[in-house]
Amino acid sequence: MHWGWRFPSALQTMRTFYDGMADGQLLKATLGSLRRILVAFGLSCAIGIMLGVLFARSRLLDETFGFVVVALQTVPSIAWLPFAIIWFGLNDFAVVFITTIGATWTMTIASRSGIKNIPPIYVKSAQMFGTGRGLRLFYQVMVPAAIPQLITGMRMAWAFAWRALVSGELIARGVGLGQLLEEGRSLGDTSLMLCIVLVIAILGTISDHLVFKRIEDRVLTLYGLQTAKA
Amino acid sequence: MIRLEGVSKTFAQRGGVGYTALEDIGFEIGKGEFVSILGPSGCGKSTLLNLVAGLERADRGRVEANGKAVAAPGPDRIVVFQDHALYPWLTVLENVAFGLKQKGIGKKERRERAMEQIRAVHLGKFADRYPHELSGGMKQRVAIARALVMDPEILLMDEPFAALDEQTRLLLHKELEQIWLNTRKTILFITHNIREAVTLSERVLVMSTRPGRIKKEFRVQAARPREPGDSVLHHIESQIMDTLAAELEKVAKEEYGDDYTLEKSPLSPSAAHNLGDGI
Repeated sequence: MHWGWRFPSALQTMRTFYDGMADGQLLKATLGSLRRILVAFGLSCAIGIMLGVLFARSRLLDETFGFVVVALQTVPSIAWLPFAIIWFGLNDFAVVFITTIGATWTMTIASRSGIKNIPPIYVKSAQMFGTGRGLRLFYQVMVPAAIPQLITGMRMAWAFAWRALVSGELIARGVGLGQLLEEGRSLGDTSLMLCIVLVIAILGTISDHLVFKRIEDRVLTLYGLQTAKA
Repeated sequence: MIRLEGVSKTFAQRGGVGYTALEDIGFEIGKGEFVSILGPSGCGKSTLLNLVAGLERADRGRVEANGKAVAAPGPDRIVVFQDHALYPWLTVLENVAFGLKQKGIGKKERRERAMEQIRAVHLGKFADRYPHELSGGMKQRVAIARALVMDPEILLMDEPFAALDEQTRLLLHKELEQIWLNTRKTILFITHNIREAVTLSERVLVMSTRPGRIKKEFRVQAARPREPGDSVLHHIESQIMDTLAAELEKVAKEEYGDDYTLEKSPLSPSAAHNLGDGI
């Protein structure tokens, strides 16, 4: 047994990274994956918030179908891929579909509890100032009041989406980090594989730290839920 | 003008037995009057205010404000809550202008009218700050500005200064008195602080607890602006104290058990023992 090629050296990995970026293969795959995750993330936020609001506002719905969301949340989204392949084929759309499913339920649960936990006094005083009980109350008070929990939900949804995306791409066709990973495996190019794992880790860290964490910190300070950092 | 007639309110409790918060409450507050409702905690005074505000419904009786039966919260009766209830995602200016926006008033006029009230509570420099950057007293001032900008007939104040420190509270008492003297709004002020009630209002309604009833009414006929050293105020304060003594004991008994008593022997045992020792 030769083990040497199974564990790529740091130098090798860096060279592969450089080559991959230079000939555009790695860059293209990264952009392809980013495009998919952004579309899926946008969709799951929209659907999740909508469902969450419905569950928060309708007790009947919450008590009948509320547990279904929790049940769906426990199903790993990759389990839906065989269905997606049968429904849509082994293509881009199938991957976006399971990525969306992977993030939607978390978002639904977060926005449901976000709306439910709005301090009643906010709603009371809004009605006193004449917002009524309809749309104006919803977008001027309910949505901003729920934002801290929505942000936390989005942060989690983003992480779930990455997981679903990479596992989906491993199987489906198209250009993405998952496919490149699978390609690396079939070529026995472990340095490429490690490269991709690193890219995913770096992208995840950057997006979490530079985007979500920053927004979350700002929001929590604004809402008086944490004291400002010097 | 506020009028209550035979108002009762019962809350559902665990075990099915209702808890009577208010029983047969009736009083009238004239236009431009400053009336305080004073009572121990749990006597239902906040519930009373919520009924007038339209945030809760009475089980029996009639609640009228400005000649109309109260059905829902509205901009003619603005509440200043104990914990200010400002929106953290809006600046001071946006918070104050919130009600005007709902009325459909244009942005420029909204800004002008809001700024006018913000300056009136001495926060002109803080118009673009967010609530989390303000102190408790400042937040409560914003809440008052937010109420006054609506130009309501009635101002309902639910222990607005209870969470503030003593110095800030005294300052805000003076400011509120000035505001009332200038605008002559009808103010219904809820408090458990006897001093506060006597210093601010024209009339003090003292409530009893369990069930909540109006026990006694005091008219405070002292000169304005009120001086802390005014002997009239001190006299009424001690009268109210006597009225409340029985209520305090009732509250204490509920919390600590039936053997609790506030009655003290006129002489403490050790003092009696030491009588004449120092001679």
